[in-house]
Amino acid sequence: MDNMTLKENDGVKEGVDQETVDAVREVGGKYKYGWSTDIEMEYAPKGLTPDIVRLISEKNEEPEWMTEWRLAAYDRWLTKKEPDWAMVDYPEIDFQDQYYYARPKSMAEKPKSLDDVDPKLLDTYKKLGIPLKEQMILAGVEGAEDAPAEGRKVAVDAVFDSVSVGTTFQEELKKAGVIFCSISEAIREHPELVRKYLGSVVPVSDNFYATLNSAVFSDGSFVYVPPGVRCPMELSTYFRINAENTGQFERTLIIADKGSYVSYLEGCTAPQRDESQLHAAVVEIIIEEDAEVKYSTVQNWYPGDENGKGGIYNFVTKRADCRGDRAKVMWTQVETGSAVTWKYPSCILRGDDSQGEFYSIAIANNMQQADTGTKMVHLGKRTKSRIVSKGISAGKAQNTYRGLVSMHPKAKESRNYTQCDSLLIGSECGAHTVPYIEVKNNSSRVEHEATTSKVDDDQMFYCRSRGMDEEEAVALVVNGFCKDVLQALPMEFAMEAQALVAISLEGSVG
Amino acid sequence: MLSIKNLHVKLEEEDKQILKGVDLEVEAGKVHAIMGPNGSGKSTLSYVLSGKDGYEVTDGSATLEGNDLLDLEPEERAAAGLFLAFQYPVEIPGVGNMTFLRTAVNAQRKARGEEEMSAADFLKEIRAKAKDLKIDADMLKRPVNMGFSGGEKKRNEILQMAMLEPKMCILDETDSGLDVDAMKLVAEGVNALRTEGRGFLVITHYQRLLDHIKPDVVHIMSDGRIIKTGGPELALEVENNGYADILAEVA
Repeated sequence: MDNMTLKENDGVKEGVDQETVDAVREVGGKYKYGWSTDIEMEYAPKGLTPDIVRLISEKNEEPEWMTEWRLAAYDRWLTKKEPDWAMVDYPEIDFQDQYYYARPKSMAEKPKSLDDVDPKLLDTYKKLGIPLKEQMILAGVEGAEDAPAEGRKVAVDAVFDSVSVGTTFQEELKKAGVIFCSISEAIREHPELVRKYLGSVVPVSDNFYATLNSAVFSDGSFVYVPPGVRCPMELSTYFRINAENTGQFERTLIIADKGSYVSYLEGCTAPQRDESQLHAAVVEIIIEEDAEVKYSTVQNWYPGDENGKGGIYNFVTKRADCRGDRAKVMWTQVETGSAVTWKYPSCILRGDDSQGEFYSIAIANNMQQADTGTKMVHLGKRTKSRIVSKGISAGKAQNTYRGLVSMHPKAKESRNYTQCDSLLIGSECGAHTVPYIEVKNNSSRVEHEATTSKVDDDQMFYCRSRGMDEEEAVALVVNGFCKDVLQALPMEFAMEAQALVAISLEGSVG
Repeated sequence: MLSIKNLHVKLEEEDKQILKGVDLEVEAGKVHAIMGPNGSGKSTLSYVLSGKDGYEVTDGSATLEGNDLLDLEPEERAAAGLFLAFQYPVEIPGVGNMTFLRTAVNAQRKARGEEEMSAADFLKEIRAKAKDLKIDADMLKRPVNMGFSGGEKKRNEILQMAMLEPKMCILDETDSGLDVDAMKLVAEGVNALRTEGRGFLVITHYQRLLDHIKPDVVHIMSDGRIIKTGGPELALEVENNGYADILAEVA
């Protein structure tokens, strides 16, 4: 493709659209995102030492305080042990056999025009289904901001291996006062915000993986929404692990100041590789008085093959702190990928009348293992939380819901409702529900409902007798089972998630 | 259209023969009724024809327009034009009735190598057909058969039949659990679908459904065989005298 004509030539645009359309059609294949991009990478040496931590910090042109913060985290990490209480089983990880930093060589210098961008990187965006305009902006094409947008505007930050390769719609967001950029940029440009909030929700010493992330995170996204501002568009981050033997440690920090609102989407993919890859992210969200944050994830990291070879180890710490009164947070996650998932997006309901919601679909097929759930920590008065979890197990997979609801003594008249449903497909998989409930005052109410069911033979026959094949029938029944959660997703994501449910259950019947 | 020859079927799990040599020809444009006492194998016949698991065909054949049905998956039989209206329609939580039907219609079209039906065309068609069956918009949106009354479930089966436009329709005790008004509505729905090219096999215990859906041929089934075949008057005979006389007659 001739890069120069990209922005004017409508024919090219159609071509790209066609490719996207084709990509969607190809979902009949196996893991859709299983390609890797052959781009020259710049690696730091394998293993983790204080020098590597300094190198990462230096590569990101960080100030001294940040380097010190990382080094302190590294020291803490050395004293910590990997948690072993989750219902997951995987070979021991050699943390010295990982690359902690990799980035596309062409990004060593920020591109001035599209000519400077590796065309393979552009190809990657296309395959990810990132709209053309966003591709152009991500690639740094001059004037791309003025090009006509396709469909609804979604600002995108793409993180390719360890490095944020670009953020779209920055100007437009700036007009509204919203800061949306890579965290490395935020550390340089908005140090006062980062210093104030980084590590304030997930402390450096929180857990093994969070501590590791604090030492070596190389990039991620940063959002600040000023008081009273409703973010004019949805913000979105695409994470992609590309390089082999590379851990991805992204760090996301979202601050919703008083009375503001933002909806944030996160999508993840990785190529198909025989070696397992490590992913340990931290997401911190701060929600001030009367502010609201919606955080949606479609996690589709490579799950490994049918025999459990390869796949991503996904050890993620996500936490939202409702600091102000009447603050609200809603986590929605569709977890279909990864070989091993260890993830509990949590809500600290500190402000009085604050609210936390958690909607989750976790699908584990073949040899996948998922141990996921949430923590609702009620500290403020009249705080409310709601948990809706749908776990689907197929093949030989193990799927565990693990959730904590804690009502502290001062959290008077607080309420929680938990609904936890498991669906089994076939007879070799497992579903487990592990609720932890602590109530330390006598005016709060906690409700927990749990069900376990199987995809019924009669349902399957009914669907098939109407013309659907087995896979269509399972996808339909499972999507019905997940409906409450799918409805909580933003429109575009809901469509993607439905298709993903179908893809991730391929081969689970018959 | 539908041709069944010497069909022998046993349960897969146990050594129990259910069908012991069924012969039946349903011509296009004709309505055949099968009556018979409980346990005679009527429902088994409908399940075996549509491909439900749990049965083993030990002898004989069943073809639809020359296609060997017994060799096909249930969805392939559906795409070939076979439709079974269930005695007990199945509930599917969370799946909208309309979504279910649209998925089914397009799955069949895809299997036949036809274009998928656009959302707009589908909506237009289903609304018109639902109206005829007095199915309101709310029922189209609700999850498949969830919380439907007996009558609503059966009308919903007929709506599916109308949308899928099969060549050969099997109705398995569609009258069971229906009051007179609901039965009339269902029968009207079926009668509206009677065309020259379409065959019907109506399985029922009672004559009363056949007052509304007038059969061309009536078969009596007992102990896994069709023991008597006649015109509509045969159904009346059963209504008046029960099965005992007919059973005694052939014994």
